[in-house]
Amino acid sequence: MRHIISILIENEAGALSRVAGLFSARGYNIESLTVAPTEDASLSRMTLVTRGSDDIIEQITKQLNKLVDVVKLMDLTEGPHIEREMMLIKVRAAGGEQRDEVKRMADIFRGRIIDVTDTTYTIEVTGDSTKLDGFIQALDKGLILETVRSGVMGIPRGEKALRI
Amino acid sequence: MELSGAEIIVRFLHDEGVEHLFGYPGGAVLHIYDALYRQDKVKHILVRHEQAATHAADGYARSTGKPGVVLVTSGPGATNAVTGIATAYMDSIPMVVLTGQVPTSLIGNDAFQEVDSVGITRPCVKHNFLVKDVKDLAITLKKAFYIAQTGRPGPVVVDIPKDVTANRTKYVFPKTVSMRSYNPVVKGHTGQIKRAVGLILGAKRPMLYTGGGVVLNDASRQLIEFARLLGYPVTNTSMGLGGYPATDKQFVGMLGMHGTYEANMAMSHCDVLVAIGARFDDRVTGNVQKFCPHAKIIHIDIDPSSISKNVKVDVPIVGSVEHVLKDMLKLIKESGEVPDGEALAKWWQQINEWRTKDCLKYDKTSELIKPQYVLETLYRITKGDAFVTSDVGQHQMWTAQFYKFDKPRRWINSGGLGTMGFGLPAAMGVQFAHPKANVVCITGEGSIQMNIQELSTCLQYGLPLKIICLNNRFLGMVRQWQEFFYDKRYSHSYMESLPDFVKLAEAYGHVGMQIDKPADVEAALKEAFTKHKNRLVFMNFITDQTENVYPMVPAGAGLDEMILV
Repeated sequence: MRHIISILIENEAGALSRVAGLFSARGYNIESLTVAPTEDASLSRMTLVTRGSDDIIEQITKQLNKLVDVVKLMDLTEGPHIEREMMLIKVRAAGGEQRDEVKRMADIFRGRIIDVTDTTYTIEVTGDSTKLDGFIQALDKGLILETVRSGVMGIPRGEKALRI
Repeated sequence: MELSGAEIIVRFLHDEGVEHLFGYPGGAVLHIYDALYRQDKVKHILVRHEQAATHAADGYARSTGKPGVVLVTSGPGATNAVTGIATAYMDSIPMVVLTGQVPTSLIGNDAFQEVDSVGITRPCVKHNFLVKDVKDLAITLKKAFYIAQTGRPGPVVVDIPKDVTANRTKYVFPKTVSMRSYNPVVKGHTGQIKRAVGLILGAKRPMLYTGGGVVLNDASRQLIEFARLLGYPVTNTSMGLGGYPATDKQFVGMLGMHGTYEANMAMSHCDVLVAIGARFDDRVTGNVQKFCPHAKIIHIDIDPSSISKNVKVDVPIVGSVEHVLKDMLKLIKESGEVPDGEALAKWWQQINEWRTKDCLKYDKTSELIKPQYVLETLYRITKGDAFVTSDVGQHQMWTAQFYKFDKPRRWINSGGLGTMGFGLPAAMGVQFAHPKANVVCITGEGSIQMNIQELSTCLQYGLPLKIICLNNRFLGMVRQWQEFFYDKRYSHSYMESLPDFVKLAEAYGHVGMQIDKPADVEAALKEAFTKHKNRLVFMNFITDQTENVYPMVPAGAGLDEMILV
């Protein structure tokens, strides 16, 4: 099963490599990993997407908790939550018809065109990962010049919050 | 008054109560060595190889419960220490390793003797630090000692660049430290403890399986009280030996790959298993699918990640062994309930029947020295009261089987990592901690050569170790596997061109003895412990090359599928 694990971790040099090292040393897989400081500059928040049986996910959360730098963590997939990912995608948009088609598709996926040249559009799309996959599929593959995805971020719904 | 980083380190160690520091100097730690020179409170022990410094600190820690402390230089100093750090990590030994580092301005420049010590040691430490500012030095050292000793203990590395040891700041000893991200749980969950006690009292065929956690947590007293109150059989892992007295009638021996027949059979037939500070290592469980097939399992461990890692358990209890056993004892006493006497009597009858297999028997009429005989004789002569370190291999397993440890912290061996070369330096650490005690290193001609240079350290500090080399001219455990599972193709397990160990010991300034006949074993051991009491004696026992360790659970087999002698 796919799990999204949110981690509050001390914002210190090497903290990220402790997490990454743990996953490679124990043979767990990482689908995506994002990390950035929080409103409290001494803390980073990491969102990690992984897959595994219940036993493996239990070990992953235990092993993460065991890292001295990890302050707190939450498996978002255990409860209602929102997940978002951002993608920047650069596509060929040369002729009038091509430009119209790409623009239409961006509108359907609620994307925003954030950079324009004579021959390209760069579009920003946010949503859950399947929506971003859908947008890529909806475009003509030959038109895609470059994609960059942020990896998944997530937050629990309602009152529940991951904080110290 | 302002102190240099180097002075702060030495002052801190003294304030923290560190008496011995095992190390080896080099460029990046010269300031620290200079600070050591200018004081007489912290005693530095100069080893001959950094690996030995870590093993010595490890032996010191295992035999006392206090953290072992190591000081090595950057680069090769740090990489040489890695094996010892990993050894301590696998067996959860509290240790603080200070590694020198190139100056902060050179980090990342491939400077002379630079390695990424924090990166290299990350997977084999409980935690590690790089100190970039002398102002953080004292508090970082405090954190290192705190982390190393609390919760599930383990080694902590503090990497200190040379300029940090030169820079000056005000020093105040940090008496306490608190970390929001690190708060180990010691008290077990009351509800879980209640459930466990219910299962324990209702057991018909109970089994207590106890490990290194009992020793590390100094919870022997609680374990003995718990076991005696219930009258249940007790088995120990290799790491747990001494945690429960081996001469007690409720003790059924070690379990696992080379465990006793009765212990492994009892594991396979019990209906309630209480795992106490043990981690279901593959050398203990054998094939996990066939492990304790009839048992409800209760697992007490301070490390939640040890629970249900290898074997699913029914009642997990996270907490320190000492606390949880105390709570259990209280509950049992208050409940007024007692175990099912009739069922227990039947269970013991069955266990005693298994015992009649006499699974550790060996040929006592042989003209060749049997290693088991050497160990039995050693046990008798030292009255079971020596500190015994070992290296890794057959001799290690025979020691675990034949030296009956009645007290914790007497059996010092590399259980998890299985590090050859551990025994001699570990014995040095033990002897420093217990200058008057008999300290014995059981080794083989393979293992001893991995750190034999430490004989020089032993002379320098007058350590009267007794080294018992069970010399069968083979890497015995490798040979045994090749005999059993590789159709006797003895690929590179024969040790050729061995040195003359007697002359070698003498060259290092010690007493060397060679013993070739069973009839001479006892007299030689007696001579070593009386006439040469105050000297290091290297005893080279020429043993039977064909002897194997029995029982043996082959890899992939269940615990009840042992090869017996």
